[in-house]
Amino acid sequence: MPTLLDFRRRIRSVKNTQQITRAMKFVAAARLRRAQEAALAARPYATELARVLRSIMSRIDQPEHTLLARRPEERILVVILTGERGLAGAFNSNILRKANEFLRPYKSKKISVIPVGKKGRDSLKKAGFTFAAEYVNVLARVNFGTARDIASVITELYAKEEIDAVYIVFSEFKTVMTPNLVVEKLLPVEPTRPEEETKEEKASAQVDYIYEQPKEQLLDKLLPRYVETQILRAMLESSAAEHAARMTAMESATKNAGDVIEALTLHMNKVRQAAITKEIIEIVSGASSTA
Amino acid sequence: MLPDSIELIIVTPEKQLLRESVVEVVLPGASGQLGILPGHAPLITELGIGELNYRGANGNDSGVMAIIQGFAEVLGDRVTVLAETAERAAEIDLARAEAAKARAEQRLSAGDPNIDFDRVSISLQRALIRIQVARKYRGAPVETH
Repeated sequence: MPTLLDFRRRIRSVKNTQQITRAMKFVAAARLRRAQEAALAARPYATELARVLRSIMSRIDQPEHTLLARRPEERILVVILTGERGLAGAFNSNILRKANEFLRPYKSKKISVIPVGKKGRDSLKKAGFTFAAEYVNVLARVNFGTARDIASVITELYAKEEIDAVYIVFSEFKTVMTPNLVVEKLLPVEPTRPEEETKEEKASAQVDYIYEQPKEQLLDKLLPRYVETQILRAMLESSAAEHAARMTAMESATKNAGDVIEALTLHMNKVRQAAITKEIIEIVSGASSTA
Repeated sequence: MLPDSIELIIVTPEKQLLRESVVEVVLPGASGQLGILPGHAPLITELGIGELNYRGANGNDSGVMAIIQGFAEVLGDRVTVLAETAERAAEIDLARAEAAKARAEQRLSAGDPNIDFDRVSISLQRALIRIQVARKYRGAPVETH
């Protein structure tokens, strides 16, 4: 039978935990706001670049480039973006599950991965995947440099025909409560999605540009940049989603701690009351026996 | 009829720097400076390292930026600049640029055969354009310590 003192200790320790989870929630909320702003700020560049690339591609009859070359998918490379740290609910395990699901049909093929984020690296290493490269401690402050490094690794491998397709698995930030897991194809580049073409673009497709540089040279510069931007966008989205997941997880942990404290307090009061009742009975029975 | 203004959009991978209606833009094209006036024919160019000037309709809302590589698209009454790096004159960290310049120069003059010459000369160019833009448009040349 736990004593009153035991209960008081338990309650105090749960309260301490609650304080920590609450602080972590606020930190995650602040970081989420920053990450969201960064993701939003990067959007205009990505859309403008995609638009320029599409309009150049539509003006070249047979766009030819190593990054556009299609090959049967025998060797695939997957970039997997996870979090750097845990305590984010099911964030990391969801991504890894999605990656595994995606890779299942490719089991007979040659698969290599590039994990981004410590959590993913650790568990993918345990699972025995071959790493083409790995990036850890890069998601706390997402910058263009890292995206460029990753892009140059994969475009080089692709250009050397050591891999036939590159996919990226990450968690897209839709709302705080619902992360959206996505798998996107990075290479070969498929920038022309007809449904994304606006009316304005169709109208302007008739006029040809003056090219200061040869079209092929422009394409040669634009395509790698497009890949870099895709990776940067994924990293920004993933980092926002991670903070959102952590915030939600910490919020429910704080709530759960509150529930535990309530239950413990109730129990403690019952024990206290029982002790008092027992004492009264003892006093009363003692008094009646001496009377 | 020709439009009387251009919508100038300057974006970098990190953020959108500018979206403004202007009457003249001078771009640092890879093969030379390019002046764009309203009604310019559609054009696509690679950008080099240099300064970008723009002038607004009432003269006082003009500006200058240091641009480091990228692309620009001119389409109808719109100029889209996709710069790798773009910095307003007032935002340039002059001390850092000076330090980068000194570092690059020192590396070049050291005569080490192992250096990546292209990379060092690009970082020297970057530093130089930053210094040039910052000095020119901040009034008096700034002394560095």
